[in-house]
Parts: sequence; C-alpha cells; structure tokens
Amino acid sequence: MPTEWILALRFLREGRFQTALIILGVTAGVAVIMTITELIGGLQGNLTARVLGVQAHIVVKPAEEDTRLVLDRDAESVAARIEKRAQRLRSIDQWESALGIIERTPGVVAVSPTVSGSGFAARGAATKSVALLGVVPDRYLRVIGIDRYIVQGQFRVVASDAVIGVELARDLGVTVGDRIRLTTAEGGNETVTIAGLFDIGSRDLNRRWVFVSQRQAQSMLGLPGGVTNIDLVVNEIFQAERIAQTIGRATNLNAESWMATNAQVLAAFDNQNMTTRVIRGFVVLIVALGIASVLVVSVVQKQKEIGILRAMGASSGSILQVFLIQGAIVGLAGAVLGSVLGSVIAYVLSNALRNADGSQLFTPELALSTYLGAIGVALLVGVLAAIAPARRAARLDPVAAIRQG
Amino acid sequence: MTEPILKLDDVRKRYNVGTPIETEVLHGIGFTLQVAEFAALIGPSGSGKSTLLNVIGLLERPTSGSVRVRGEETTTLDDAGITALRGRAIGFVFQFHHLIPAFTALENVMMPMMIERGRRDAEMQSRARELLVEVGLEQALGKKPAELSGGMQQRVAIARSLAMRAPLVLADEPTGNLDTKTADDVFALMRRFNERFGTAFLIVTHDPRLAARCDRTIELVDGQVVSDRPTIRPQP
Repeated sequence: MPTEWILALRFLREGRFQTALIILGVTAGVAVIMTITELIGGLQGNLTARVLGVQAHIVVKPAEEDTRLVLDRDAESVAARIEKRAQRLRSIDQWESALGIIERTPGVVAVSPTVSGSGFAARGAATKSVALLGVVPDRYLRVIGIDRYIVQGQFRVVASDAVIGVELARDLGVTVGDRIRLTTAEGGNETVTIAGLFDIGSRDLNRRWVFVSQRQAQSMLGLPGGVTNIDLVVNEIFQAERIAQTIGRATNLNAESWMATNAQVLAAFDNQNMTTRVIRGFVVLIVALGIASVLVVSVVQKQKEIGILRAMGASSGSILQVFLIQGAIVGLAGAVLGSVLGSVIAYVLSNALRNADGSQLFTPELALSTYLGAIGVALLVGVLAAIAPARRAARLDPVAAIRQG
Repeated sequence: MTEPILKLDDVRKRYNVGTPIETEVLHGIGFTLQVAEFAALIGPSGSGKSTLLNVIGLLERPTSGSVRVRGEETTTLDDAGITALRGRAIGFVFQFHHLIPAFTALENVMMPMMIERGRRDAEMQSRARELLVEVGLEQALGKKPAELSGGMQQRVAIARSLAMRAPLVLADEPTGNLDTKTADDVFALMRRFNERFGTAFLIVTHDPRLAARCDRTIELVDGQVVSDRPTIRPQP
C-alpha cells in the first residue's frame, strides 16, 4: 500500500471520534439523497403508471373540423360572429394507411384502431350513459392492459360479448353472463352478453366504459368499416410528445400525447424534480462543508506530524495526497453506509405509505445506477472538500509546523 | 582528503527582508564537518543555534551564502531537490523526540524509508527492527510513543534518524528533556552509532557536560561562530 494511503488511514483511525462523526454526517447526507431520489422517483413512477395504466401514450384522431368563412370579396356585408362547428363523430379518413404510417414511426411499440362513441346501457328500467369502445382485443391489450383489471369473467369482446366496469354492473344489477341492451344516438340497438367485469380503480371509468367488438361498435355508431381513433404506446414514455408531433406531421391527423393531456401532472413532476435538486444540492453542500471543516481541524491538530514528515523527506505533494485520500475515504465510507441506510429507509417508507386501495404508494427501484451515482458524488465531494485543507497542510512550513505543533 | 559531509560558507539568514523590522540572525557562518565527526554546537539562547540547524537541515533556506551537503550545493536546488536530499542525507533528532503518535515504534523508525520508497516492505521492517534492537528497544517494537518513557522515545527518535543511513544527523537538544542518567544513555547511544556507522553528528546542547564529551565544540554567539575547537578532554 502506498505510504500516503497508510498515513491517511492511520490519521483517520487515530482521530476515531472525529472520523466517525464525519462519516456519520456523510452517511446521513447520502441517505437523505437516496431516500428523496427513491421516494420522488417512486411516487412519480407510480403516478405515471396509474395515469398510463388505462390510457394510451398517444391518441390519433381526425383533425378537427373548422368553419370556413366564405365571403364574396366585393361583398359589403361581413360576418359579425362565426360559430365553431360541432365536432361530429366521424371516422379517420383512410385510417388503414394512417395506421401503416404510425406503425412504421420509430419509437412506436403497439397500435390499436378503436371505435368509440357514446350510448346508453339499459337493463329493465335502469338506463345509464356509457362510452362504447369497439376494439380488436389482440391489438388493444397490447396498448392498454385492461385484462389486468378484470375482476370477474374475462376480457372477451367477440360477436355480442361485452366487458363492463364493476360500477356499471352494480348500477344495472348485472353480473357476468347477464345480458344488457346497448343503444346509441345513431340508431344502434343491440343486446350483449357480459363476458367480464373490470375494476380499473376509477369509479367514473368503471361506470362509463363498455367494451364491445370493433365490428359491433362500428355498426352501432354508424361508422361501417371506420375507426374514430388510433391508440398507441411508445417505448419511451417521455418521448411521447415528440413522437405525437412526428405522427401529426406525417398523417395530418390530430395526434395527442399523454403528456399534452396531463400537462398539469408533468408540471407538478418538474416542480418536484426542481425541489428535489435544490434539496440535494444543499445536502451535498452541507456534507462538503462538514468534511472540509473536520479536515481543517485535523490539519491543525496534525501540524507537528506534518512538520516531522516534511523534515523526514515527505514532499508537499505527498502531504496533499494524504489529506485528499482522507477526504475520499470519508466520502466513500459515508456513501456506502448512506446508500444502505437510504435503501432501508426507502424500503420502510414503501411499506408504510399506502394508496387508498391499500396498495404500495411506491416501489423503491434501488437501481445500481443510483448507488453508483451516490457513491461517485460522495467520493467527488469528499475529494473536492479536502482540497482546501490539503493545500493548507501541504503549504505548512516544516519548521513552523514542528515548533507550533 | 575526503569530501566534507557539510560545508558552510558565509551563511546569512535574515528575517522580514525588505521591511523596517528586518533582522539578521546568522552573520556569515562558515565551517565544515567531516565524515564521522561528532561535534557540539553550543551557545546561549537566541544565539541562532536552532536557525543554523534548520538551515543545515535544509528546513530553511539561507538568505545568502553556501550550504554544501556531501559536496552538493543546496542553495540552488528547487523544493523537490531539497526535500529529496534532506530525506536521503540528513537525519533529525529533536528535543521532544517528535515521534508520530499514530504509529508504533517500529513504524516510526520505518517512516523515513517508507517516505523515500513510497511504500512499506519487509526489508525496511527488518532494518527498523535491527535499529531498535541496537538501541535496546526490542521489547517495545509494537508500542506507540505514548506507551514509552521519555528516554525510550528519544532512543526511537535516534534509531529513526539512522534509518536512511544518513551520513549526517542533526540533534537539537536531544537530551534537554531527560534526566541525567537517561541523557547519558542517549548520548552514549549517539556516540556508539557515530563510531560504528561513521555517521557525523552535530548536536545542539546547553549542557556543557555533554558538549565536553564531543570531539569538537562550535560556539555560536549572536549569530556568529566565536570559537570552533577540538574538545580538550582531561587525561584519564
């Protein structure tokens, strides 16, 4: 082992109490950083998963219909008020070709053409307003894993089968195997058999969504052969907006990402991340000041030893190294202990914090990169914090150091 | 004739140069020390003994003049050269031993070798052990300085000063903090090393009794050598 390392380790061991205190300080700092990182990351991940659990990353719809102003150039009269057009239910023009373009767009993982519109579900005297979703199960399940939320029966939407939410089933007093009547404003009127019940954790959606086969939805909504929207998922969720813009340009359709429809959630994430960064910055600063102050005291305490070492031929560079190594060791030890402590705290918190339904509020990821990042930062902070004390030690005049020590 | 181990020529040391309180502490010191010489440097407090020892030990640079160690002019060396030469050619024994408390007696003796070679190895451990046996501390190899008496600490310091086989050892009041019996033992030890290894010693002392047992006495008063003579010992 190099002499500088031997000296650094021995000096740290000699000042046991001081060393233990500063390692404890670094440990606490790293643990705070680790816990905050895990907590905020976990919470955001959980929220994102919940938001995207029943939502496509991008929904492609027909472009909105605008009112065109048609006036004779020479006419004296002008329109005082232009009313916006009501957006009627209509199919995406040449949706198969748009589907091909979307499927070939880089980053797109799965695509599902969907027919959706409003209607009513009735059983006996009970009638409820619902959203009809006509899907091709194989495609749809790759976009939204609604089958994960099936609590009774199965997700089967072929022929006259339908899948409804548990709240709607309760409102209509039906269960799997029962039949309900579906009607639409476009004149559709079908009786379907309930094949499965889902519970996606949102009462509103449990009450509104009714899944039927795509062909049945097309027929009931008066859109034979058409689809109202194309749902898709992408490989990088935070690239969704960029990909949506690409698709919009390529298809001349209205592509809306989850990021645009959940802008407030994203803004909250940004603010959270900023706050976390500020807290982490202050913690790093406090840790650095702690290490620096302890090493400054150590330099003062070790003046005599530094003088003796210099008298025996130690170069100022060697003395500099001795104190930089001490900073690095303190940083590294604190980082390792802090990572363990931070993980334990994150684990405890993940078990203590629960959602309303009793599930874990967040799951700590405890990724290797987080550990390596924390250790790297603490090591760097340790060395940087040691620079000033180490330079001071290296510059000590040996004669004065021996005399004053 | 062999090259002197130390040669001083018109060495001057001034502090606060260029300020109204500029003070010259050493006024043109000049003498040589031959290989294996055993000399005492005496003088009243404030005569400049410690400053001279620091200049000879390459811990301080002279303001002017020449300091040659083993024939090498030191005043033109850069800091790295000075540090390397100091580690290689000069051993120190301080009044308060100045051992490093965090290390054992054995490690303290190994320290100059560890610094020079940048690591520790078995060979230096064996040399340090030999030296400590030589100074009668074979039982104290693993003890820290705080566990040793003043005399034992000073013996460790002497062993350390010889670890690099330095041809010159500078001792600043090495017995100043010891009782008469222990001081005699420590002095005898230095004498033995001087005779056995041919190491030159320059010993700063206030104790005329010890100075009288050196081969040569250099007396410094007000920063000047006022006498430099072989010690006349009473005939047995």
